[in-house]
Amino acid sequence: MTINDRIPLPPADAEKTNMVCHFCIVGCGYHVYKWPVNQEGGRAPEENALGLDFRRQLNALDTSLSPAMVNQVKGGGGTHNIMIVPDKECVVNQGQSSTRGGQLASVMFNATGPTQDRLKYPRLFTGDDWVDVSWDTALKVYAGVTKRILDADGPDQLMFNCFDHGGAGGGFENTWGTGKLMFSALQTKMVRIHNRPAYNSECHATRDMGIGELNNSYEDSEVADTLFYIGANPYETQTNYFLAHALPNMQGTTVDKKKEWFDGETALPAKVIIADPRRSPTIAVCEHVAGPDRMLHLRINPGSDTALFNGLLTYAVEQGWHDPDFIAAHTKGFDEALAANRMSLEECSQATGVPVEDLQKAAEWAYKPKESGHRPRSAHLYEKGIIWGNDNYKIQSALVDLVLATHNVGRRGTGVCRLGGHQEGYARPPYPGPRPAPFIDQELMDGNGKMLTVWACNAFQTTLNAENYRQQLVKRSNTVREAIGKVRAGAVEELVDAIYDAVTNQGGLFMTTIDLYPTKVAQASHLMLPGAHPGEMNLTSMNGERRMRLSERFMDPPGAAKADCLIAADIANALKAMYEDEENDEMAARFVGFDWISEEDAFNDGFRKPEGIDSQGGSTGHLVTYDRLRAMGNNGVQLPVKDYKNGKLIGTEMIYADYAFSTEDGKAHFQPAPWTGLPDKVEEQRSKYRFWINNGRTNHIWQTAYHDERIDFRRQRYPMAPIEIHPEDATALGVAAGDVVEVFNDYGSSYAMAYLEPSMKPGHSFMMFTYNNGIMGDVVTNWTDQNIIPYYKGTWADIRRVGAIADYEETVSFKTRRYA
Amino acid sequence: MAGVSRRRFLKVGGGSLVAGAAVGPSGTFAEEKVTHVGRVTLPYPEKPIAVVAAMSVNEPVSFQYPDEASPCVAIKMGSAVPGGVGPESDIVAFSTLCTHMGCVMNYDGESRTFKCPCHFSMFDCEKGGQMIIGQATSGVPSIILRYDEADDSINALGVNGLIYGRQSNIL
Repeated sequence: MTINDRIPLPPADAEKTNMVCHFCIVGCGYHVYKWPVNQEGGRAPEENALGLDFRRQLNALDTSLSPAMVNQVKGGGGTHNIMIVPDKECVVNQGQSSTRGGQLASVMFNATGPTQDRLKYPRLFTGDDWVDVSWDTALKVYAGVTKRILDADGPDQLMFNCFDHGGAGGGFENTWGTGKLMFSALQTKMVRIHNRPAYNSECHATRDMGIGELNNSYEDSEVADTLFYIGANPYETQTNYFLAHALPNMQGTTVDKKKEWFDGETALPAKVIIADPRRSPTIAVCEHVAGPDRMLHLRINPGSDTALFNGLLTYAVEQGWHDPDFIAAHTKGFDEALAANRMSLEECSQATGVPVEDLQKAAEWAYKPKESGHRPRSAHLYEKGIIWGNDNYKIQSALVDLVLATHNVGRRGTGVCRLGGHQEGYARPPYPGPRPAPFIDQELMDGNGKMLTVWACNAFQTTLNAENYRQQLVKRSNTVREAIGKVRAGAVEELVDAIYDAVTNQGGLFMTTIDLYPTKVAQASHLMLPGAHPGEMNLTSMNGERRMRLSERFMDPPGAAKADCLIAADIANALKAMYEDEENDEMAARFVGFDWISEEDAFNDGFRKPEGIDSQGGSTGHLVTYDRLRAMGNNGVQLPVKDYKNGKLIGTEMIYADYAFSTEDGKAHFQPAPWTGLPDKVEEQRSKYRFWINNGRTNHIWQTAYHDERIDFRRQRYPMAPIEIHPEDATALGVAAGDVVEVFNDYGSSYAMAYLEPSMKPGHSFMMFTYNNGIMGDVVTNWTDQNIIPYYKGTWADIRRVGAIADYEETVSFKTRRYA
Repeated sequence: MAGVSRRRFLKVGGGSLVAGAAVGPSGTFAEEKVTHVGRVTLPYPEKPIAVVAAMSVNEPVSFQYPDEASPCVAIKMGSAVPGGVGPESDIVAFSTLCTHMGCVMNYDGESRTFKCPCHFSMFDCEKGGQMIIGQATSGVPSIILRYDEADDSINALGVNGLIYGRQSNIL
């Protein structure tokens, strides 16, 4: 039986450490309490570490505490209870937990809990089965094959699929460790990033224009006059940024702060504009909170964002709402961009499907001077609707053109920022490849590359054209599996020989996956190496306002699992030893500098030595130490660090407040971005198939569901990826709520669970992406923008009923996910 | 109160006492040292909460359980639902405190859901209190019910899930 009506309390003297949530970009602060299992705190406030009086019913908002926030773990001498609860003093979340972060304790390893199938030891595929092997054996195989390929074929045959972010499966320590291995030691450019098929930025355009994509603070959403969200759903995907910072502004509780900050300016509760083809759950919440007078939904046609921004730019300039002084002093290229992007409101309406009067209203809310005569402070906040939209580079250019013209950057309450997916945490040697970078997924499908290392990623669920990708990789992997199976009682050298022969003469692909779990892609590999996540290692990351914190280690990783940076070091050191044995000093020299004992060594080697590397810490990374960060607690410091003074790290709240933009001439550069419709390949899909397959997250599920698929609360909610469709479409298809449907086109097919949603437009659908049961990427075309960024949001397909699973209909709620 | 031990009876009374103390100045609590040796379930009181004949479909009936500080509602859904009791297997009951941060939720009769006004979480009363969307990490605690044919009564027996703001459902 499961006891779910009481929880153990931490004693007053329980060990307390800091933890930043593993998951989304917001990076909420949590405290980890840890205490021996044979102890419990009492219910009186002085008897428990929370200081709460559990002898009576607590009041609303006193705490956020549930059975998901406790667990039992090993480490530091025996088994301990843990409790992981949101930090009330953290300025990011202010004591709030999201449904994802609220389960941090649940996902920590417990040998009898839902995460019991964590990888504990390296595992080797022996031809028909997996066996545990020692690190020594695993590294001999991995380094052995790597060396054979590197010596005979060069680094371009060594392919990687690697994280580049912060939070779990990332962080400054691990991006550095892996980056140093890939770029300095192995010197391969054949790397793709966790959710996309090449080594590229999701924000090339804004960076080329001189504006880094994380340029304001969460506090700016408290004081903005207008919050303009584009292709973003922050209630579900940046939850506590939305709830703790934007919501109070909508509710009017920050008006006094605005008056204090901006003397003499009109200060009112925020207006909200959201551009999204779908009435998202965020829109429903904003309509409820702000009402029709302050909330405007621009329900644009799929892929028409560029037209929207160009129409607004043209109109705002016609009205004289741009800022000629700012444009003249701090930018260049305005006239050319204005001419190239010019679109009348009527043309804009035609392209976007938004009525002219709503376009005018949006422009007035965001750009027309306030009653006091001051320029409004409009924060432009975007995410995957743009990043994975119709031509990432062009949309972002059009947006930043609009923002620059209206001077909505560098002032408090403004900013043009991505909202973000994962936290950030990038410190690597410069990428050795060109731009555009090689389309790695396509290269692999075409039979190129002899070895693929998958590092805390799962492209089987997260790439475009995913079904074809999986098929090709499994086929190539199977060739190697057969070769491995023929090696009987052989030494590692024989295994390496067999693998090398299979990848060289038979078109095979040797695959290693480094992860927490035996994921789908790990199961298709030949070697699994067990990684660690925050809590099991010290880890630094920064959130969407560049706030860097240290998540502290408080428990051991399971079995022989270890931090990714230390795995990278093990690999490098194994290769170094092999070259030294051959007295090949030149090659051995490439693998020096990995003599790290702990993750802090990797941090000190990368983030703290920023010269010549690409680091989000910038040139002042050397000022940051683990001790200094620890002292800053869950509030950390906003990068870049300006100074270390009086025992405190001093950070940067708003980038470009000095108008020194990130270009050689220090000016922000407008970029022409004319509206040209959908790409031909996507337009062809639209003409052939009935449904637009929009896609994205739901708030229950983080990323590939790597933990969530193991947690009852999540799996029971979404046993299969839901697809929202309009009830009329469902009727026409003979589909009822909970039915299993096939989503298919000429790229592939996947299954989903029908979820009828009256606010969907007929002909539109929205499928949860990257899920473990029903992979939306299977029907995504292979079109990319000029930098190999996919158009994940732009595919059309047909839907048909497959059947019903009684459990789904009986146990899953299919009620609207819109609050009002 | 047949079958309810003196200790459990006292404990129920204690619930009222605690609720009274919570609104007044903080006083000293005569804390009862309860041990549960020999059992794994908490000493929930048994409490009649409604008479079926007096219930109307989709009209929530308020009650407090397991003590006065824990607001709950019972709802007759009109057709059988998971966990439903009564002649139609359609009566369910839940705590109305959002498991996220304890705000009192509104029952929306149109959708038959609980809606939290603080952070907009929603729970489906027809699916065992499953969270539809929102920020909690568990569904709404459901009240374990028994239908007593003899007097047509619905009786609360226990709680499945931790009520917000408690270390244990029994204070």
